[in-house]
Amino acid sequence: MSCALLLLLTSLALAMGTGAAVEIQRPRGVPQSKRQFYEENKPFTCLDGSSTIPFDRVNDDYCDCRDGSDEPGTAACPNGSFHCSNAGFRPAFIPSSRINDGICDCCDTTDEYNSGATCQNTCREMGRKERESLQIMAEITKEGFLLKQQLIHEAKRGQEDKQVRSGGKVEALRTVKETAEDPEKGAKERHLKSWEEQKELIRMEKDKTRMAEAFLELDDDSDGYVSVAELQSHLELDPDSDGSLTETETQVRCLLFLPLKSREDFYHTSKLQGCKLVPPTVQTPEKRGDDELSMPPYDTETQSLIDGAYSHLNLEKEIGFDFGPSAEFAYLYSQCYELSTSEYIYRLCPFNRVSQKPKFGGSETNLGLWGQWAGPEDNLYSMMKYDHGQGCWQGPNRSTTVKLTCGKETVVTSTSEPSRCEYLMEFTTPAVCQEPASLDEVLHGHTEL
Amino acid sequence: MRMGPLLVLWLAVFLSGTWAVDRGNFKTCDQSAFCKRQRALKPGQSPYRALLETLELTNTKLTLQLINDNNKVRLLLELYRLQGNMTRVKINELKPLKPRFEVPDVLINDPPTEPLSLLSQDENGVVLSLGADSQWLIVSAKPFRLDIMEGREVLLSLNSRGLLAFEHLRIRKDTQVDPEGAEKKEETDAANEPAEGETAKEDGMWEETFKSHTDNKPNGPSSISLDFSLPGVEHVYGIPEHADSLKLKTTDGGDPYRLFNLDVFQYELFNPMALYGAIPVMLSHSAQRTMGIFWLNAAETWVDISSNTAGKTVFGQMLDYVQGSSETPQTDVRWISESGIIDVFIMLGPTPTDVFSQYASLTGTQAFPPLSALAYHQCRWNYNDQEDVAAVDQGFDEHDIPYDFIWLDIEHTDGKRYFTWDPHKFPQPKDMLQGLMDKRRKMVTIVDPHIKVDSSYKIHNEIRSKGFYVKNKDGGDYEGWCWPGNSGYPDFTNPEMRAWWASMFAYDQYAGSMENMYTWNDMNEPSVFNGPEVTMHKDALHGNWENRDLHNLYGLYVQMATAEGLIERSGGVERPFVLTRAFFAGSQRYGAVWTGDNTAEWEHLKISIPMCLSLGLVGVSFCGADVGGFFKSPSTELLVRWYQTGAYQPFFRAHAHLDTPRREPWLFGPENTALIREAVRQRYALLPYWYQLFYHAHHSGQPVMRPLWVEYPQDTATFSMDDQFLLGRDLLVHPVTEEGGRGVTAYLPGKGEVWFDVHTFQKHNGAQNLYIPVTISSIPVFQRGGSIIPRKARVRRSSSCMEHDPYTLFVALSPKRFAQGELYIDDGHTFNFDKQKQFIHRRLSFANKALSSRNLAPGSQFITPSWIEKIVILGASKPSKATLKTPDGKENLLEFEFDASMSVLTLRKPGVNAGVDWTVVLQ
Repeated sequence: MSCALLLLLTSLALAMGTGAAVEIQRPRGVPQSKRQFYEENKPFTCLDGSSTIPFDRVNDDYCDCRDGSDEPGTAACPNGSFHCSNAGFRPAFIPSSRINDGICDCCDTTDEYNSGATCQNTCREMGRKERESLQIMAEITKEGFLLKQQLIHEAKRGQEDKQVRSGGKVEALRTVKETAEDPEKGAKERHLKSWEEQKELIRMEKDKTRMAEAFLELDDDSDGYVSVAELQSHLELDPDSDGSLTETETQVRCLLFLPLKSREDFYHTSKLQGCKLVPPTVQTPEKRGDDELSMPPYDTETQSLIDGAYSHLNLEKEIGFDFGPSAEFAYLYSQCYELSTSEYIYRLCPFNRVSQKPKFGGSETNLGLWGQWAGPEDNLYSMMKYDHGQGCWQGPNRSTTVKLTCGKETVVTSTSEPSRCEYLMEFTTPAVCQEPASLDEVLHGHTEL
Repeated sequence: MRMGPLLVLWLAVFLSGTWAVDRGNFKTCDQSAFCKRQRALKPGQSPYRALLETLELTNTKLTLQLINDNNKVRLLLELYRLQGNMTRVKINELKPLKPRFEVPDVLINDPPTEPLSLLSQDENGVVLSLGADSQWLIVSAKPFRLDIMEGREVLLSLNSRGLLAFEHLRIRKDTQVDPEGAEKKEETDAANEPAEGETAKEDGMWEETFKSHTDNKPNGPSSISLDFSLPGVEHVYGIPEHADSLKLKTTDGGDPYRLFNLDVFQYELFNPMALYGAIPVMLSHSAQRTMGIFWLNAAETWVDISSNTAGKTVFGQMLDYVQGSSETPQTDVRWISESGIIDVFIMLGPTPTDVFSQYASLTGTQAFPPLSALAYHQCRWNYNDQEDVAAVDQGFDEHDIPYDFIWLDIEHTDGKRYFTWDPHKFPQPKDMLQGLMDKRRKMVTIVDPHIKVDSSYKIHNEIRSKGFYVKNKDGGDYEGWCWPGNSGYPDFTNPEMRAWWASMFAYDQYAGSMENMYTWNDMNEPSVFNGPEVTMHKDALHGNWENRDLHNLYGLYVQMATAEGLIERSGGVERPFVLTRAFFAGSQRYGAVWTGDNTAEWEHLKISIPMCLSLGLVGVSFCGADVGGFFKSPSTELLVRWYQTGAYQPFFRAHAHLDTPRREPWLFGPENTALIREAVRQRYALLPYWYQLFYHAHHSGQPVMRPLWVEYPQDTATFSMDDQFLLGRDLLVHPVTEEGGRGVTAYLPGKGEVWFDVHTFQKHNGAQNLYIPVTISSIPVFQRGGSIIPRKARVRRSSSCMEHDPYTLFVALSPKRFAQGELYIDDGHTFNFDKQKQFIHRRLSFANKALSSRNLAPGSQFITPSWIEKIVILGASKPSKATLKTPDGKENLLEFEFDASMSVLTLRKPGVNAGVDWTVVLQ
């Protein structure tokens, strides 16, 4: 009977600061810091003071204390925790429910003392690996931080250059900018917005036209709907490329020839009344040069606001971004970084946009435009948010969070789509490297006792 | 030309969908030719007459010919008295042009019969004795009808409204050589069939078009119909699957309830439309008696329900006269199926328990799942890759939330080719599975029945070369569109096909699979995106039979073959776990079902209760709804409430649509994480009780999740209740399904009984409506006074980790200070409980101030390290001492605590092994 597991005092060889081994006895699962509360042969008072029990009920595999403190070494209390010393690695607390559950949680194997699980003590190995990686990290941080200093320096010089170029009038310009910004910005935004709307209209018209063209092309006999026979005459629609459209294939009706992306696409299309598609009404699209649509010029009022404010557009643009406390991120401006995966090429252009392009043909998808720094309060510059990307079917607009970590190189290390249309990108740059603590400190901070 | 893709793209832009079921995709009765024809028949004009001179009575059955006086077509009636108080009525054509389909593989055996005896006979009919309980069967000759009586009471009548209609198979008239003969035939038909002067094409007898789909009907009309009258009955239940209330509604003025397995996109609530599964079993209940009607037919079926409150039938009036009352309620039911024969089992109860046993004796019981399958399942369309799976697994540990199964939807495959893995996202499936196994957790991968038509896909090639695909009407392989694009549909009705399919689950066939990987069969209605009503064409051929004849069976066969595969791969040792969306009568034998693609809305949470209750009544206990709702994104409150409800429903799985934001339990802030953690932990603590309930469901066919009336059959207040339910007999659950709900009114049944709130141990009297204030922290759950429920208080990260943990017994005393319960233990995953009787089954009872554990299964043997950790007695008084007595004659004093405010006595650490006899005496 496992209830016979009574108090087990464990002998622990503890590496003290000097490396001298000292034997200390304490109940299983109790950290050194709480040892004084567990005095053998004296009644034990629950750490929350809720009750006092004979000492032989400590670790007797029955929960007596509401706070679980009488069972530090068994799974009896639902809210208890178990301390593993993990000599050679880092000590840890695990929930009591992981004691003797057949799964090795503590690298020193002490959590599985009665489950039959065969655990290997991996603390030394883990400690060694951690020290190695900490060492590597420390080196990276060190070098990265040096690089960061250079970046800051360059940013400063760049700024001075521009100040010189602009006749040392940056301060004056700032003032001008501040006063002119609001009306100018407002006018620009209005203009941009109306242009976006117009662009959308033009795009829709073009879509309609293309659809109408496609439809007319399929509708050989121009009777206003696409028949099975008409479909069968278009072998480019043959899904299995066996050179003929079977009845079944054509019954698929118009839309199902391609592998579609989602269930909705299917249901969408399965709603169609066979091939009897109503041809879209066609409006004559405005004649435009190819696909490139360019924004019409600002109206004179806006233009004068822009011109009148200041003539150093570039500078203004750069000043408009938050390049970090010491402008250490300025070097990323107007750069782009790519990562190639099995299917896509991802492209991050900091302070501008994130995009995705299929490797094997297909158009680029906008995964978000520069939004803002989005790290937690105490580490604002650890994350960038890009939003208002291309819309998703019945979903949000695409957006991307970029996580910045310290590295010697500036490179996109990974991308993922944890949730539909919400992308996550990992990006290393020296610009986020913090001043390194001394290596000794790092290593010591992790060696317990 | 590059136009094809463009077209698709542009159309997708223009045809953005509306956010609800597109009803136009699915037929109404009016749009289903046979239903329209049949429903046009008016009651009271039955052309059928029993030819009493043809009566033959043998040891096992009575046969009798019926004639349709309008067209002289003869039918053969077979009547059986079945063991266990059931009557079977079979009606087929006496000489059909070709055989009509009779449903195979649903009954677990040829039901054993009992002799019928002839009591009297005259020119008007015969009276037969149905056995002991003064039950008679009266066969009236003209018009033909059957009445089942007990004493002077009519229990049920068949064809009492004269709606028996049997469309005989015939030669199409325009193919007949003799035009005159055909004309004559048509004339005589017209008197019986509803068509009045319409041409055959118009009434859809030989061809029917729905939307762009034409159904060629080479066999012509073949539908059948029969009516049943239930005097004294006001409440009928069952015939799932519908998103409707537990108590079935009358269908006058609307469509009948439809049974036709369909993939319904974004289904609507509270209507009789068909959904993914079909179980043609209806239960009737009154304070006097519970009965069941099992209409064994796998074709498209419609069920009309009417009640005499809207106008009495002739028979009802006659009965009023006989019984001297004008108030007898009556429910009339009419079944209509497109093809096959009439084969109906009348389960005469009289108690709900009897009906469950009777139905179980026909179609078998719930598969006994591995214990872990009763724990929590984490699913999403889709967990993207191995790293994602590892991260989610890690997330559960970081937030200390238990789970047992993580699921992979269709995106895990290589291009929707089932039995394969996406080589980029899941390059090392065994590493992933081993990682889960190291945590004593499991995985489910999806295997759907549509097979990508792709000559480089082994599964497709084998099925094609073996000729295992369903054929189209012209004999070629039937193809339709589903996830992979163009797909074939294996003919699961073919036993050779099923055996081959099962063999594909062998570890050396399903590459990357391991013993902790189980299976999910989705889309097995089957879903055919471009088919009529998003399913298979009715004239598609399964061997010699049309899909029309057996449509509703397809999903059952898919799950059957898959479950068989999982059993076989383990050499017959391990219990399988297979989830299915489509189902039929008998599907309970193969695993679990869920209520399909629901929506993240409060009403959908609410409907999960009657949907699973309805399934439980007709054998399928292992039922659940997607926690959180599949489509759309739930509010945090809804998600929490859904976890709290799902934790007390049999199949407990969270699932979400591909397009929804992530919703793992820890993504909604620490407070909500804690609420969800608590809900899941409540489930895990109660797993011993769940397991015991499933053992009973497997053993005797009693549902796990029950409407209140099942246990309180005389309490009319419970008959329409579907906002609360019982688990077994002993737990009453009233979920909170209102947004911002601050309280619920629960009905606690049982005059003279008491119920204990499981969270506070507060005692409440039965037979009252009780307003219970609620917070977001939990939903009301009560334990019946008089019951003993075993729990495991040490909730760990998966159920397997809790295997050897000790039990806490919750003893809730009745007002007479009595309580009874059980404890069932086995290895949790093999068939050894069945084949080698390796289990522990104990009776726990509290009487005369003593709690004892006695063996309920002397022939069984199993060793458990689990012990009794704690005994909590609710409604107790304070003893002076508590003594534990064990078989070795030892007596130990137990320490105890007594909470006088709630009358809760807690016995500290009895420590006795859970598998032995013991007694605790209170003094």
